Amino acid sequence: MVKLLRLLFFLLIVRLVVLIILGLRIRHKERLPVKGPAILVANHNSHLDTLVLMSLFPLHLLPFLQPVAAADYFLANPYLAWFALHIIGIIPVERQEISRTKDPLAVCATALAQGQMLIFYPEGSRGEPERLSKFKSGIALLAKSFPSVPIYPIFLHGLGKSLPRGSFLLVPFFCDVFIGEPIYWTGERRGFMDLLNHRMESLAAEENLPAWE
Amino acid sequence: MVIMLPQTNVLLGLAGVFLLLTIATGIIYLLPSLRSASNATELQQRVKSWWMIVIIITIALCLNHTIALIFFAFLSFLALKEYLSLIPTRRVDRRVLFWAYLAIPIQYYWIYSNWYVMFLIFVPIYVFLFLPMRMVLLGETQGFLKAAGTLHWGLMLVVFNLGHLAYLLMLPSHPAAVAGGAGLLFYLIFLTEFNDIAQYVWGKTLGRHKVVPKVSPKKTVEGLVGGVLTTILLAWGLAPWFTPFDTLHALGIGLLLGMTGFIGDITISALKRDLGIKDSGNLIPGHGGVLDRIDSLTYTAPLFFHYTAYFYYQGFCG
Repeated sequence: MVKLLRLLFFLLIVRLVVLIILGLRIRHKERLPVKGPAILVANHNSHLDTLVLMSLFPLHLLPFLQPVAAADYFLANPYLAWFALHIIGIIPVERQEISRTKDPLAVCATALAQGQMLIFYPEGSRGEPERLSKFKSGIALLAKSFPSVPIYPIFLHGLGKSLPRGSFLLVPFFCDVFIGEPIYWTGERRGFMDLLNHRMESLAAEENLPAWE
Repeated sequence: MVIMLPQTNVLLGLAGVFLLLTIATGIIYLLPSLRSASNATELQQRVKSWWMIVIIITIALCLNHTIALIFFAFLSFLALKEYLSLIPTRRVDRRVLFWAYLAIPIQYYWIYSNWYVMFLIFVPIYVFLFLPMRMVLLGETQGFLKAAGTLHWGLMLVVFNLGHLAYLLMLPSHPAAVAGGAGLLFYLIFLTEFNDIAQYVWGKTLGRHKVVPKVSPKKTVEGLVGGVLTTILLAWGLAPWFTPFDTLHALGIGLLLGMTGFIGDITISALKRDLGIKDSGNLIPGHGGVLDRIDSLTYTAPLFFHYTAYFYYQGFCG
């Protein structure tokens, strides 16, 4: 039943918002993975990011798509928690892990082992709209544990204009999606993070994107 | 839902367009020189997209006026969204841009309710005064002039000018306009788009001298002249079927549509060149974005409307 609700939500509401009100301009769609396990790494500006990334895939892959999201934010109240866990299908992680004994990314590891495709935002939060902030290295830990899992850098532009943090008014803009070639764990943390950051920056520089000052 | 088929002539005209498209498709897929051309896939995509466009317009024209108005309002929305996504905008103006989008349903409501004067003054006066006021009240003066100017220019092109397409459907019946408003609309869209294609084909075959090399390096004098002459001929031949025009007026509108279609085309080219982009989007495979396809119409629609209104609808349009 909940699975059906999730399917209907993505089929009717998400596609209406993403494809008609917003509209996508996708570059290199052919690079997208067709099955898990895989990690999609994107910059984060808006709640719409997740909906857009999930609409890039055909509906039959919906059960395999899971965004990794902040437990402190999305599990804050029971209604939001139900919606986030069952309809969006998030994997909640603790951002501020107090005890170092528990691995905050253990849930992600389990999901990857089951062949899921994870959506990961290494910036940690939505941040300033349309500014790429430095990636945090949680993603490196995950990549190290799964050296054979492909990691797809995806650069999103425009959603921070449509629905930035703290706003409830959706203003339509086309959303540009740049999909990168997959990368893999390089053997050491700094080199991996540099590669990932570099790939994101070159995706962002692929086209002349208008200023938003 | 009430289905109101347009006059027989419009149906015949649409059938003619389908016939032309079938021939074009045949030529592109069967003629060896075109099939092996370097831009063969682009050409095929373009014709495929034409099929989609023609089918959608046929559906919009053949159901009823309300559906047609919703279709044109949606076209304005897509074009405005594309425009606002291409140009630099100010973060502080997010809410102002939302108001700009609201101008679309309001403007189309004036058309729907056949309030001609409001249709004419709403964007050039009320929207023109309101949006900068909203910007000023936000208190940010940095980039104010550029923001107010670019926003209004876009609204004029894709809401006010394109709205004239829809208003053609609201014109009262005229004894000589045998195919009604839908006939005028068909005539305008067909000639404008055919003019684009004719200019392209003449330019490809005979093009030598560039017209505006700094704006659009592929446009040639030969393409322009050949296209305009073709359009004048077509405008004259088709006029008795779709319009109240006499011979002189038909030749005049052919010249006007041919020339100003070209101007609309290069105006959007200039916009794209200024922004450093090639296509305005990728919504229509082989053509680019919506703005790339409606560029000529942003000029021809209002000019055709007021030309027709001046000569044949004086009592209605003041």
